[in-house]
Amino acid sequence: MWLYLAKRLIFMIPMLLGITLISFVVIHLAPGTPVELQTTMNPKASLEAQKRLKELYGLDKPLYVQYWDWLKRTAFLDFGRSFSPDRRPVWDKIKERIGITLSLNLLAMILTLAVSVPLGVLAAYRVHSWFDKGTTLLVFLGFAMPSFWLALLLILFFGVYLDWLPISGLTSLQFSQFTLWQKIQDLVAHVALPVLGAAFMGLAGWSRYMRGSMLEVIRQDYITTARAKGLPERTVIFKHALRNALLPVVTLVGLSVPGLIGGSVIFETIFAIPGMGQLFYQAVMSRDYPLVMAELVIGALLTLLGNLLADVSYALVDPRIRTG
Amino acid sequence: MIKREFWARFSRNRLAMSGLILVIGMFVVALAAPWLAPYDPDKINVKELLMAPSYAHLLGTDTLGRDVLSRIIFGARISLLVGFVAVGISTLIGVLVGALAGFYQGWVDRILMRLVDLMLCFPVFFLVLAVIAFLGPSIWNIMVVIGFTSWMGVARLVRAEFLSLRERDFVVAAQSLGASDTRIIWRHLMPNALTPVMVSATLGVAGAILVESALSFLGLGVQPPTPSWGNILTMGKDNIEIAWWLSVFPGLAILVTVMSYNLLGEGIREAIDPRLKE
Repeated sequence: MWLYLAKRLIFMIPMLLGITLISFVVIHLAPGTPVELQTTMNPKASLEAQKRLKELYGLDKPLYVQYWDWLKRTAFLDFGRSFSPDRRPVWDKIKERIGITLSLNLLAMILTLAVSVPLGVLAAYRVHSWFDKGTTLLVFLGFAMPSFWLALLLILFFGVYLDWLPISGLTSLQFSQFTLWQKIQDLVAHVALPVLGAAFMGLAGWSRYMRGSMLEVIRQDYITTARAKGLPERTVIFKHALRNALLPVVTLVGLSVPGLIGGSVIFETIFAIPGMGQLFYQAVMSRDYPLVMAELVIGALLTLLGNLLADVSYALVDPRIRTG
Repeated sequence: MIKREFWARFSRNRLAMSGLILVIGMFVVALAAPWLAPYDPDKINVKELLMAPSYAHLLGTDTLGRDVLSRIIFGARISLLVGFVAVGISTLIGVLVGALAGFYQGWVDRILMRLVDLMLCFPVFFLVLAVIAFLGPSIWNIMVVIGFTSWMGVARLVRAEFLSLRERDFVVAAQSLGASDTRIIWRHLMPNALTPVMVSATLGVAGAILVESALSFLGLGVQPPTPSWGNILTMGKDNIEIAWWLSVFPGLAILVTVMSYNLLGEGIREAIDPRLKE
């Protein structure tokens, strides 16, 4: 097992290199440069000034030199300085936001699990019943739901029509004057809608997967045995079946990473949450190359780790999967 | 497989049939848009800004007084165009890569499959967003970028089919009769691998429509004044406290369209292989 893990970790290095190389080339070869973007707004910027700006950003060197320089720095977690006027180190910008995005996604994931597991189990237990058909319909709705429309509907219903919840930002303006209890309330109210939205987006896939996994387990001999022993149905389902059906679901946690990353961009932009997704959107719009590259690397790393988690947990759960 | 048998199974599946009917319906709407739309979708009317749904404007008007229903009807053209062209590109790439990998195997296969693995590890939405923002938002860029980032599934499917078909007697026979590689690939292998590709292409259209509308919503897709469901929703977001109809109806159009392609795709899959139905 450890050997397998080590092998997989080493295998991640060429993957990451390939991803960064492709991203770097694609981003830098796209027409238009950040220098143009910053100087077209200002007619006074002379060619001389453009040249200076280019040198400052290191964009005057050949592309392979730029990539090599970038790679050397990135190996030591130095993502360079942002191209934005404040010129702050990219890592500082990311550091203050990554916690927000990760915790929101974690909350959403917990919520998704809490709803989809019982839903999937019940649908499998009463297969082909009305309840099962209802959840199937919900699944089709969930798969077709555009995340940004869901966010708008949530805002419309809870924010505008009922006027219960704030619709943007992470805290209220008077946040610093609040007592601790008020602060907690304020935060919960602000994150409620984005978390609800992100949780719903995962619901369809997870409950479908849970249902399939449960159906598989219920057919097994040991379930028949447990029933034959005269155990109460509740024990059979929740103790014998659910435990085994839950194991493969772990892999889904790993595989849902890319979806969550994409969702973060949408939800954070709509709800004005200062997280990684919003930062990426801003970076892309202002052609902040170092920031865009840093986010792509972190995104790719999270995706790779997610895949690793999925494979490793699968191998742990199912000894038939070769790990050699 | 016999066509009649396929159709018999497909038409018995009520969800699949409703998917098919809705997909055909969307086609009709897109093609007949100029005749179906009650108003000119680009006609600005300053006297009727942000009117709530009424008999004159069934789905209301937007901030420039344009009829929302007409804009949604014309938006169907964009979705359809993006969906089909993007999927056309991704299917073409996927089929080529999968066929080469599955037919020649060896190092060709290894290199191509590494490429597939690599692409699957990309945070795709990040990349699409970055590339579109840098290339400049336009409908053509969107179709190309979506096409180039969504071919991996098809490639794996075709490769798997080829690997299993390649050792079959009819292929070996064709080979020993001196048929060229191209002939074997296109005449003998591809027709047999076509059905799973069809399923994945149908589901792909749904995915492409979702990505396009998300990009248009973020201002990186189809640019106003050309109507697309995504960019009508952007206006909805900006006026969410005063004009709910701008946020509700275009999203409903996306949901229904995407769902009908998904139902159709699943329906085809089940009709091809009834064992898949639990």
